[in-house]
Amino acid sequence: MSNATQELKTDQLFINLGPQHPSTHGVLRIGLTIEGEVIVKAIPDIGYLHRGTEKLAEVRNYHHCVVLTDRWDYVSAMPNNLVFCLAAEKLMGVKTTPRADALRVIMCEMNRVASHLLFFGTYGIDLGAYTPFLYAFREREMVLDLFEMICGARLTYNYIRLGGVMVDAGPDWLKRTTEFVEYFKPRLDEYDTLLTYNPIFMARTKEVGIVTAAEAVDWALSGPNLRGSGVDHDVRKSDPYSGYENYDFDVPLGKTGSCWDRYFCRVQEMRQSIRIIEQAIAKLPEGPFMASGVAKIPKPAPGEAYAHVEGSRGDLGIYLASDGGISPYRMHVHAPSFINLAMLQEKLVGMKVSDVIALLGSIDIVLGEVDR
Amino acid sequence: MTAPNPEDKKVPQPAKVPEPVAATPAAAPAAAPKAVPPKYVPPVPVLNHKNGRLIEDRFTTWPTQVFANRWSRPGFQWGAGMLVAIFGGLAVTGIVVGELATWADKFYAALSSFAASKGLSALFVEGVWTMIKVLIVLHIVLINGLWSIWWERKISAHIQSRVGPTYAGSPKGWNFHGWAQTAIDGIKLLLKEDITPAAADKWVHALAPGLVVAPCIIAFAPVLFGDNMAAASLDIGTLYIFAVAGISVIGIVMAGWASGNKYSLLGGLRGAAQIVSYELPRGFSVVPVLMFAGSLDLQIISNAQAGYWHGIIPRWFIFYPVVGQIAFVIFLISSVAETNRTPFDIPEAESELVSGFHTEYSGMKWSIFFLAEYAYVLLGSFLLATFFLGGGASPINAAPFTLIPSWMWMLGKAMLMMFVFLWVRWTLPRFRVDQLMDFTWKFLLPWSFVNIAIAGLYLAFWFK
Repeated sequence: MSNATQELKTDQLFINLGPQHPSTHGVLRIGLTIEGEVIVKAIPDIGYLHRGTEKLAEVRNYHHCVVLTDRWDYVSAMPNNLVFCLAAEKLMGVKTTPRADALRVIMCEMNRVASHLLFFGTYGIDLGAYTPFLYAFREREMVLDLFEMICGARLTYNYIRLGGVMVDAGPDWLKRTTEFVEYFKPRLDEYDTLLTYNPIFMARTKEVGIVTAAEAVDWALSGPNLRGSGVDHDVRKSDPYSGYENYDFDVPLGKTGSCWDRYFCRVQEMRQSIRIIEQAIAKLPEGPFMASGVAKIPKPAPGEAYAHVEGSRGDLGIYLASDGGISPYRMHVHAPSFINLAMLQEKLVGMKVSDVIALLGSIDIVLGEVDR
Repeated sequence: MTAPNPEDKKVPQPAKVPEPVAATPAAAPAAAPKAVPPKYVPPVPVLNHKNGRLIEDRFTTWPTQVFANRWSRPGFQWGAGMLVAIFGGLAVTGIVVGELATWADKFYAALSSFAASKGLSALFVEGVWTMIKVLIVLHIVLINGLWSIWWERKISAHIQSRVGPTYAGSPKGWNFHGWAQTAIDGIKLLLKEDITPAAADKWVHALAPGLVVAPCIIAFAPVLFGDNMAAASLDIGTLYIFAVAGISVIGIVMAGWASGNKYSLLGGLRGAAQIVSYELPRGFSVVPVLMFAGSLDLQIISNAQAGYWHGIIPRWFIFYPVVGQIAFVIFLISSVAETNRTPFDIPEAESELVSGFHTEYSGMKWSIFFLAEYAYVLLGSFLLATFFLGGGASPINAAPFTLIPSWMWMLGKAMLMMFVFLWVRWTLPRFRVDQLMDFTWKFLLPWSFVNIAIAGLYLAFWFK
């Protein structure tokens, strides 16, 4: 009898999810030990996209560092530019103009829309729905066209510069942006009917990967991952920058902290971003788009500065220390993707293999930001 | 984007571009000696280095432009007219050609008389006739692969606001909607390297695609393509099709196991569990139909649906109140699950298992899996048309429609069902393994039992 039970004992299987896998959104590797379809152990492994941008910043001057920031979270590079510029401007004591602030807000919110659209599309693909991906990319393409129109780049913009922005937004660009905004609003309802309230989609995500509010705070989650658990924290509200206090917008919150809540938070955030863009375009102040007094090669006085913004993935912070030289003495990035990723190791245990994809997709990591 | 340089010179604007670049360095030294903040001369807003030319072209492809007044676009009008012409042409062709079964009978009679004049035995006639039928069925399966893959690509493209294949065909303008795309893909797949992984079990790996595709070709034997148009007229046609088609799952398990890949193994196991589970509701959902028709023979099932209630509503099994609709939906869902297509594509879940059991297949072996998948879609479509949509019967009891021969109605209904298969695939997300099992065992199977009970009540009280 004991012999028979021993024979029935199943072996555990170790599978590598990544670094080359369709659903890891980059080069994340998760070592999964599975028993049948159930996961008994999960070890996330990062570092495949490490490029040492924080170290590189120490040998570049401040203007050049803005270029480095584009490469962290490459699907939403505007907030990266912004956070570095905010920190450096704090160091240098530069005050930006109202028009530059408004343009920065417009760009960041448009980039948030683009980033959440990418999330929406790829999350659909992760769960087997291919069509949302192309719908999302159709609209994301319009945002990227607008970015290309204003700054010539579609992914790594380097648009937000120290002291302001690269170029002014002309009337033509603003007209196109308004056109996009008007076009995009009904599309969001279309997405809801296509994917958000799809019964299969809800069955796949509503009960999966539940993170309670207390857990979310303990893991220092931020962004939609935190708000999906019902914690009302948004840097745009709690610590406004670039004039976010002037805009009227809501912070969408989830209820249970499931994958669906995190997903839905992002979809709702797109509506709020559209609201902010509309307001910002409506009351775009006149004036210069670049502050005066930014040197070609800035040498801020010795000191340190921390700035954080609500990036597309959460509380994106940057710590800059200056020793009075032309390069930052030290730069450190508080990367939300990296911190959000930390919960995988514990959360994955006990899940099905399919749920790994659902959870990983709902965290919405970008490996460029995780590894930097 | 350096290519359109010659065109740049035609546009007057680019001449302005160097001005701001030159202006800013000139302004800076002039202002510097005064020790006041340099007067910043904002550059003229330049859209991009091409001065907006490139981007202006792109705005014509914005959805806001493309979607505006789509019916005023010549492409839409032309396409609508073309569709009407295709359907009308097909209908006229059908009326002219008439029933194919009569042509087949004439051919068989000619063959018999030819054999009699040459003094050949009746066995020879039967042999040649069987060979012809086998070849026809085989080619239906093969041509279906070409057709349905192209069709799926076009349908998925238009669902996803793309256009799909447009180039393949001929360079001289005969590339009608990329009609030759699948044929050319097939040539490509034939020429591709056939890789057998080092960890694979060589023989099983090579045998698996064959074991998947062979049963589904065999299963086509009793399938009805029109009135009296089946390769083999079997009394137990329904049972035969389900039994033979069930063999394919062995090929999937073999493919998953023999690939020597953990993802493939998981895919193969998932496939086995899924297909075996969905066999049950699929079989039971047809039982009401069999009860009403009183036979397993597809021809008799088709004949039982002839006629119209009140001269208007066709007496198809799908129009039997409650029972017909439940049976139809369960059979449709189970058929989609049997073919491993989204939302039931967990054996080959691309985003989880990296295409599951056919991860390690390449070239022609891989395409054989797809041939089998589309053959099963066709099989399911024809079965749906036969069981629930009245076989070759016309939906409208009026002159031009009743003249169209049964094989054309059958084909049309099967294509309609195939469209549903493709439509579902490009709309829905994928189930999870346990949800999939819950769905069949806790939902579909009980309801198919209930359905059988209701059908029994109908037979006892209504169709007395």
